[in-house]
Amino acid sequence: MNGTPKKSLATSAFEAAQSVFLWLDNRLHISHLWDHTAGHPVPKSAASWFYVFGSATLLCFILQIITGSLLAFAYVPSASEAYDSLLYLTYEQDLGWFMRALHYWGSNFMVGIMLLHMTQVFLFGAYKYPREITWMTGVILMLCTLGMAFTGQVLRWDEDAYWGLGIGAAILGRVPFFGEGLVNLMLGGPIIASETLSRFFSLHVFIIPGTILALVAVHLRMVLTKGINEYPKPGQLVRRETYDKEYETILKKEGIPFAPHGIWKDLAAAAITIGGILFCSIVFGPKGPTGPPYPADIDTLPRPDFFFMWIFAVAALMPEYMETFGLLVVPPVVILILFALPFFNNTGEKSWRRRPIAVLTVVLTYLVMGILTYLGYASPWSPQMDAWSGTSTVASRVKGRAPLELQGLVIMQKMQCRNCHAIEGVGGNRGPDLADVGSRMTKDQLVRQVVQGGGNMPAYGKNLSPYEVEAVVSYMASLRPEGEPAARDSTFPAVPPKQEATSGTHKKHGEG
Amino acid sequence: MSTHKPKDTKDPASESGNGNVSRRDFLLKFAIGLNVVAGAMISVPLIGYVMSSFVKRLPLKWTSLGPVDKFPEGATRLATYENAYHRPWDGEAAVIPCWVRRITGEEFQVFAINCTHLGCPVRWFEESKLFMCPCHGGVFYEDGEHAAGPPPRALYTYQHKVENKELFIAAGVMPTLATPDV
Repeated sequence: MNGTPKKSLATSAFEAAQSVFLWLDNRLHISHLWDHTAGHPVPKSAASWFYVFGSATLLCFILQIITGSLLAFAYVPSASEAYDSLLYLTYEQDLGWFMRALHYWGSNFMVGIMLLHMTQVFLFGAYKYPREITWMTGVILMLCTLGMAFTGQVLRWDEDAYWGLGIGAAILGRVPFFGEGLVNLMLGGPIIASETLSRFFSLHVFIIPGTILALVAVHLRMVLTKGINEYPKPGQLVRRETYDKEYETILKKEGIPFAPHGIWKDLAAAAITIGGILFCSIVFGPKGPTGPPYPADIDTLPRPDFFFMWIFAVAALMPEYMETFGLLVVPPVVILILFALPFFNNTGEKSWRRRPIAVLTVVLTYLVMGILTYLGYASPWSPQMDAWSGTSTVASRVKGRAPLELQGLVIMQKMQCRNCHAIEGVGGNRGPDLADVGSRMTKDQLVRQVVQGGGNMPAYGKNLSPYEVEAVVSYMASLRPEGEPAARDSTFPAVPPKQEATSGTHKKHGEG
Repeated sequence: MSTHKPKDTKDPASESGNGNVSRRDFLLKFAIGLNVVAGAMISVPLIGYVMSSFVKRLPLKWTSLGPVDKFPEGATRLATYENAYHRPWDGEAAVIPCWVRRITGEEFQVFAINCTHLGCPVRWFEESKLFMCPCHGGVFYEDGEHAAGPPPRALYTYQHKVENKELFIAAGVMPTLATPDV
């Protein structure tokens, strides 16, 4: 008695649901759409952990759209109010800090995973015939993603954003003929102002995301029409004449529908990605904002976000004569080479095991980028602006010095020498550490260096009296490792020590 | 295809009897042509709107940095001025700094704050009489000349004049290598 009505209830509920689905399917052709998209066949070998980065990048992008839209609930894209609205978001709005953190870390993950995706595609030869357009749209998507990262850091509208724009404008200002026009186009006028923020807002929120959506559609369409790259086997060469048939055979022999059979690794990667973003957001929180965007407050050390730190480092390390070339010509050429890669490397070996140059390229690129990023954070080329007033001097570098030498130390400190020169690691790193300078340079050489400068050091001749030069040089001559003699001029080896009996040598007597 | 609309065969231009096709063909081309014209008409203002900042050059304006007595002789001081073309919603970004060096009397040099390397704000050090840049280590002498580091030239200077004991500069552009001495 009891079983029958229950069963019929369940059955009728199921039947009702089924008929609703069938009605929807009849009108919307859902199952047809599914079979031709998520259910499309992929080679079994492509259901690999190496193939999850593309979908993870897309997931990051979707998360960015969601968190970005939510941030726009409170953010005010006006030069006079953006910074305050950011403070409001961070400290007043409930969970505002968390939304900012999710958006910031989402962008970091998106750039990072996108680079992994690109590296994998490169190493697995997936850009070769017949997937050229997939690769090319991917390159533009990468540029768009970097564009999002740059415009995003501008929207923070703090001092780093302000001076970051100044750096961008200074780079464009190096373009011959059109420099001024390009600067004005970027800034919305000849000076960083409200128009600048407004157009970066439009770029970040409408123009670039719209472009990304359109390109992702093409990118995914190509995955459907030309199929996902099979896991390359060493020795299996791509030939334009035979590849399409071979791929068809692979799909027939060992093809599986992407959903549900091939998708679980992508789903797992998606969960890991979300977990990673959540973890970083909770533990590290949002970035900044740094100081307010008051250009008149010049006590600032402008630094770009993580993704652009290597460019910041390159700009410091390039010799002056190749700088404009390096900033204006090299990037477009590199992008063009990336873009055209599938055309000059269209067929042949796909597996990275037989493509040593490809592997080397990847290793070198990561090494160079990694080192440049590290250098960007360390910035050894920047004077340490407060070293002259804020650093200490190790006791052993003061003890036992003659009055003139101590005077020299004080003058060195006062004249900002320490901004660029460390003494035993304390101070700036722009110039050499002076801890052993007395054993490297003679007094004459020191005088010349201080007065005339050179080798990337300003000349101090005009700003130091002869007495001050004498004091500074005698202090520096006393700076040498224990037991090492003062540097001597090799052209006068015969000069007996007695004749150079100054404060420097008198200590040598004491030690000996 | 041509059999669907036999009434259109009266088209005198057609001898083959496919006059309806050529008429449709004509109308299609006509409609496309209309869209080309409409597209051009709407593109011109769109492009003009976007590119106006690329083309437009606003004249510099004489902007006061305050009375000359604010600047002691033989010293270099930070001064600020309001962007000549600032909007009410510019906020503090409209207040722009520059370095004023009063050599003697009415002899001045006014330097832009932006390093000639990549535009970061240079800082003045009174004791060593040097400008130093916090970004890539550019250094300039008291008179703006390049002293060390990657900058390709001396500090940018503003044109200036003294009127009624007040110092004015020709302001209105953030100097870059494209617009060096404004």
